[in-house]
Amino acid sequence: MRITLLQHLRRLVGSASRRCTGKKTGLVKAVVKRGQESTAKPLVLLACAGILLGSGIGLASPAAALSAAEARHLLVRSGTAATPAEIDALLSLSREAAIETILKGAADAAVTPPPAWVEGWVPPQMKGLSSEERKLVRRLNRERGLELRAWWMQEMVTTPTPITEVMTLFWHNHFTSSLQKVKAPVLLYRQNRLLRREALGNFARLLKAVARDPAMLIYLDGAKSRKDAPNENFARELFELFTLGEGHYQETDVKEAARAFTGWSVDRRTAAFSFRGQWHDDGDKTVLGSSGALDGDDVIETLLDQPKTAIFIVEKLWRHFISENPDREEVRRLAGLFRETGYEIKPLLAALFASDAFWAQENRGRLIKSPVDYIVGTVRLFNLPVSDYRDLARLSRRLGQDLFNPPNVKGWPGSTDWIVAASLLDRQAMAERITGGRQSQSAQTVAMGGPKKRQAERARRFDGWLASQGADWQRAEAITLLLLPVPPVDVEILDRKASGALLRQLVLDPTYQLK
Amino acid sequence: MSFISRRHLLTTAAALPLATPFGLRVLSAAAAGSAQKTLVLVELNGGNDGLNTVVPYSDPTYYRARPTLAVPADRVLQLDQALGLHPALEPLMPAWQDKDLAIALGVGYPHPNRSHFRSIEIWNTASDSAEVLHQGWLHQALQKTGNAASSESRLGIVLGGATGPLTGDALTTVVMKNRQQLARAVGLAANESAASGNPALDHILSVRRQAHDAAERIAAKLAKSSPLRTVFPNTSLGRQLAQAAAMIAGAVPASVIKVQQGGYDTHAGQAGRHPQLLGELAAALTAFRKALIETGTWQRCLVMTYAEFGRRVAENASAGTDHGTAAPHLLMGGRLRGGLLGRQPLLTDLEGGDLRHSLDFRRLYANVAADWLDLPRGLAAFGSHPPLDLFT
Repeated sequence: MRITLLQHLRRLVGSASRRCTGKKTGLVKAVVKRGQESTAKPLVLLACAGILLGSGIGLASPAAALSAAEARHLLVRSGTAATPAEIDALLSLSREAAIETILKGAADAAVTPPPAWVEGWVPPQMKGLSSEERKLVRRLNRERGLELRAWWMQEMVTTPTPITEVMTLFWHNHFTSSLQKVKAPVLLYRQNRLLRREALGNFARLLKAVARDPAMLIYLDGAKSRKDAPNENFARELFELFTLGEGHYQETDVKEAARAFTGWSVDRRTAAFSFRGQWHDDGDKTVLGSSGALDGDDVIETLLDQPKTAIFIVEKLWRHFISENPDREEVRRLAGLFRETGYEIKPLLAALFASDAFWAQENRGRLIKSPVDYIVGTVRLFNLPVSDYRDLARLSRRLGQDLFNPPNVKGWPGSTDWIVAASLLDRQAMAERITGGRQSQSAQTVAMGGPKKRQAERARRFDGWLASQGADWQRAEAITLLLLPVPPVDVEILDRKASGALLRQLVLDPTYQLK
Repeated sequence: MSFISRRHLLTTAAALPLATPFGLRVLSAAAAGSAQKTLVLVELNGGNDGLNTVVPYSDPTYYRARPTLAVPADRVLQLDQALGLHPALEPLMPAWQDKDLAIALGVGYPHPNRSHFRSIEIWNTASDSAEVLHQGWLHQALQKTGNAASSESRLGIVLGGATGPLTGDALTTVVMKNRQQLARAVGLAANESAASGNPALDHILSVRRQAHDAAERIAAKLAKSSPLRTVFPNTSLGRQLAQAAAMIAGAVPASVIKVQQGGYDTHAGQAGRHPQLLGELAAALTAFRKALIETGTWQRCLVMTYAEFGRRVAENASAGTDHGTAAPHLLMGGRLRGGLLGRQPLLTDLEGGDLRHSLDFRRLYANVAADWLDLPRGLAAFGSHPPLDLFT
């Protein structure tokens, strides 16, 4: 039998307040606004409310059914949003079953059809073109680049399995390539297809495929690397950013590995991977102590043999899904599992999500939403109409995450770097725009502009969204728990009915930036 | 082209809580800051090819190492008997002749790292090659002097790229990419200070408070200034330096303004791209100098370029250059002595195909900290270095 959220909340109120004060102090009286009171009692109330909002309450053993806050946590971290319907669907499940539900649907292909131009494309032969024609090619690439970003944005918003897109983006940020350098949007589309195919597949397979991926070969200059002059760019990043991390190899390993990858190139006519035997250095090399006439695959195998590779990847996943402070022992355990399964990604994610650290109260609301989390999550949560996905792509670029164009080979630095004055202001502006604007705040309103009528329409849409949710979601506490991972900073949550105005305040609260 | 429209600012200024004690403090601080000196940092992101910027045109080794990329001797802009600027830097020659331009030669550090990220981190934090620090060199310099505790902490403005050298809380750093952001920042709620015990939330609250406070300081100054007459090139760097010039001319009390020009990672096809980058750099810097001279503020400004590294001496097989080590950097300003600083590394004394640095960048920074930012000499953050006679 499924328990409703309201029943669930009531259960939480009872147990948490007993735990906190030993007597019946309802959530209804709790003032959640932080830092306003300094006496002891409100602090206790505050702690209770914090437990309630963060839930978990430490009582639930892994086998017990998820609380609403736990369901929300899992959905937001593994996807981008948690809608009331998605939370309801997980409430009767144990942690393990919920994790399985999230992972089992993972897809290896997008549901959104790609732009028509990805088929039948042949690389333009720039050498024969006049400067006018070149300009035209560049313009076409720019337009198609934007369409490609829009396509991915649409997929992220409409996908039935958000984890697929979260992991595809994770690998895009790991095996970076950028339109700025690669130029041809088709090649980035093909790379994206590869990243999605192995998003929750196998890391060893992914790594070998990436090393042959034309966009990567162009991005890190492998395509031009010949035995008489090996280009070290790809080899260096393979060690530093893709597998071992800095400090676990020598300069000579990079130089030798660069020789092993010579001849891995791109066919000029088809833009497909092409091995050029006459460019390949088949002499003896030594990489990380292993010697012989190594080629690129041998180097990759050597790297996969290093325990540090699994640790490096697990740490990065930990930072992405759990917290900024990976637990050394846990990372070691998970990395062991990763290697035992031959670098299968899905069982690793299942173990990561099942770890105590993932659920720990102190790790809730401790990660900052990326621009994609923020935009896609908001659109998904409120089911906002999108007339042109290019707008979402442009907005994401403005907020610091230009899809298919990471700032450099290390990817987006993320974490606290997402929030600087400029991006915080842009996020606030977006929130104001979608929620129908702020009630007359001089500079804000001036900066926002826009006809009043449209703002009113947007505000009505938010009221309508709230009205269409079930009875469980009509209280302020419930809607706060839905929108925020920790208690709000600027908003006071008392026992009251939720409203469109409250929704707007919560979306503008600094804690809405957290996940 | 002015940074911000007058009308816009008047609206903004009207919204400022001028009657509060805080508002009064801001105004008095602004009045006191009329002689504010500003350091403008220009990051050449990607690693600029130093040998094709300041060309050793009389050295046959250079021409042997660069069969397709070398700048012909008869095309360089001669600085002395051995060195000349790339012809794309021609707009900088008046500044050179007026001794407003100094070129520091062979700037680098021992045991150079050739990773973009690690090496820029070393430059940003003024660390040793093997030492990992997280705070920027400006933060370290200011913190050591107790500046952080002062209520009037120095203002840093980032107009392009990461916060880099400004990272840390000893400066109030604001990242602002356009004028709308300034107006919005003034309107931000800033009633909560950071102390939630949640580092992510604390970060957001502290950014919000800083943005609000700094925007008030900036908007108040800009509201009283007149637009610049100089027209800046419509490039990313040109737009950033136009904003920087408007702020300096408007007496915004910024100690540091950071801008960035990207694209210097020229592994392939360098012959087309690199001269274009240098041309954009020279045009933007020249407009910047002109604007500040016009507004009588050039004496209060020092411009300094930096990058993660130079590039390898020999060109590669893709008609580009790979990651290298030491490189020259430009300093511009009304109070500089000008001329060449230090000595050009020898092309016949390489270390694994790369130049040996002849000037540690921390020596440069130590001197800028002491002689421009007026911090005590011999700050531990930079190690101990002999003085450089930078200014008149």
